[in-house]
Amino acid sequence: MSDTVLSVRNISKSFGNIHAVRDVSFDVRKGEVLGLIGPNGSGKSTLFNCVLGQLTPNQGEVMVNGRPVSGMRSNDLNKLGVGRTFQQLSVFPQMTVLDNIILAGQEHHGTMLTRLFGKPDAGLTPEADQMIEFFKLEHLRDEMAGSLSYGQQKLLDAAMAFMAGPSLVLLDEPAGGVNLTMLGHLKERLKTYNESHNTTFVVIEHNMEFVMSLCSRIIVLAEGAIIAEGSPDEIRSNQQVIDAYLGG
Amino acid sequence: MKRNLFLLAGLIALFLLPIGQGNYFILILCSWLMFTIAAMGLNLTLGYAGQISLAQASFIGIGAYVTAIMTLAGIHWILAALASVIVCFVIGILIGFPALRVKGHFLAFVTLAFNQLVVLVARNEDWLTGGSYGKFNMPRPDFGFYHIRTNLDMYYMIVVIFVIFAVLMYGLIRSPWGRAFKALRENPIRAESLGVDTRRITLLAFAVGSASAGLAGAIMSPLVQFIEPNSFALLHSLKILLMVIVGGAGYFFGPMLGAAVVILLPEFLRFTEGYYLIIYSALVIILMVFSPAGLMGIGEKILTKIRPNQQVRKDMEKGAQL
Repeated sequence: MSDTVLSVRNISKSFGNIHAVRDVSFDVRKGEVLGLIGPNGSGKSTLFNCVLGQLTPNQGEVMVNGRPVSGMRSNDLNKLGVGRTFQQLSVFPQMTVLDNIILAGQEHHGTMLTRLFGKPDAGLTPEADQMIEFFKLEHLRDEMAGSLSYGQQKLLDAAMAFMAGPSLVLLDEPAGGVNLTMLGHLKERLKTYNESHNTTFVVIEHNMEFVMSLCSRIIVLAEGAIIAEGSPDEIRSNQQVIDAYLGG
Repeated sequence: MKRNLFLLAGLIALFLLPIGQGNYFILILCSWLMFTIAAMGLNLTLGYAGQISLAQASFIGIGAYVTAIMTLAGIHWILAALASVIVCFVIGILIGFPALRVKGHFLAFVTLAFNQLVVLVARNEDWLTGGSYGKFNMPRPDFGFYHIRTNLDMYYMIVVIFVIFAVLMYGLIRSPWGRAFKALRENPIRAESLGVDTRRITLLAFAVGSASAGLAGAIMSPLVQFIEPNSFALLHSLKILLMVIVGGAGYFFGPMLGAAVVILLPEFLRFTEGYYLIIYSALVIILMVFSPAGLMGIGEKILTKIRPNQQVRKDMEKGAQL
């Protein structure tokens, strides 16, 4: 059996005359942490949205665990084992941290009827507590998510993406706006999770230090096309990447 | 423990309230509980799930007409009430479909149009609804062991229904469904990315809210024993919306307080004679200006002053987002 979790095949996406993504193909193997970098307007977010089914590509196909997912609704994609975080804060501010985490797992347990007549927490409190502990948010367990600091909300966002035990997690600028201390903590938690669960990550990020230290492979996009692909060291020394993105 | 004692006290108060009161006041209390049920339904749709509806009175109407038609045909009230709830649940799902495409003010107009449509059908389809003359002389329920003859009998029946309804609603809000409703209100895109079927949960929010109004209608029919189309006009939907907003949208006990203000306060202000509506309106305006989160919002603010670490619900600081 193939160990390819995400397969992107010849994806192209245009908006009128603007070719946001041009014939992009790549595979992501199980347990791999892939970084997608590139200057603003390089097509990263469009590609991300094509993978997540929020945009339908003009051409090409996206497969998750061998199953085509183009145009699939996000809730169905989530049930296929795809978790994600958002660029903007995306927690539920008026729910407690615990409720945020339980919500992230409850749709994967039982049926609509058991979720109506069963336990209020869908039996997920112990599992949610473990996740809260893993991200070191236990002192905030019963606080409203909206009262957390920006960095803490980013951690919570990541914890929610992992709660359903996904095989693939897409992280959209997880380091954006997070202070250095919290950033180190977030990176360490993501690395630990990746190593302990062998979960596949695809990360869009502008913070080069974060990407280079977290990812095992990096793809560089410019003007909608892949201009380089390789290990962090290879990317750092690639002249084309330096010219197009990293700078002198 | 404190909460349980508070609930027990409330329950005892509900049973003691009508004692020694006149027939008219008992009828007003019945109306208060009946409208509370409808408002709790709207609170689920609007306050918890964040979907605006201006059609709640039309669902009371549908429930009331279904019950009236069935009970006048000799069918027992329990079956008629059940049918009312089911019919409103199904129509609620249908009225929820526009909510999948339009939001906010646009959705408000769609539901407003539906309310108008129901009133027009009730007015024009004489063969079914009695037209402008409406339906009258609906029998009061007879449960064998409990014959309902007076308004007081009716009140105790409504109290029992209200308590059962409130317990079920509380269970629903605490369940994973309730969590999904809140997620839909707070961040539907994120909710969907976590596996919540936002389409289904939107339809259910409308269906459950409408079914609650259907139950209120089923109570209304034998309570007032006369229904006609104007009783379910848009004005009444706005009144139920006012109950939710005044009480505090998204708070469990909000509609109960809101319905008390809308139904009971004008009665208490009657001693001011011609001025009572002016005073009532002024009080509501002042409340909305100073506490858009309604009466429950005032309570939260006081609690926050006493316990500063307790976070006030920030989404409700500006009231329900219509």
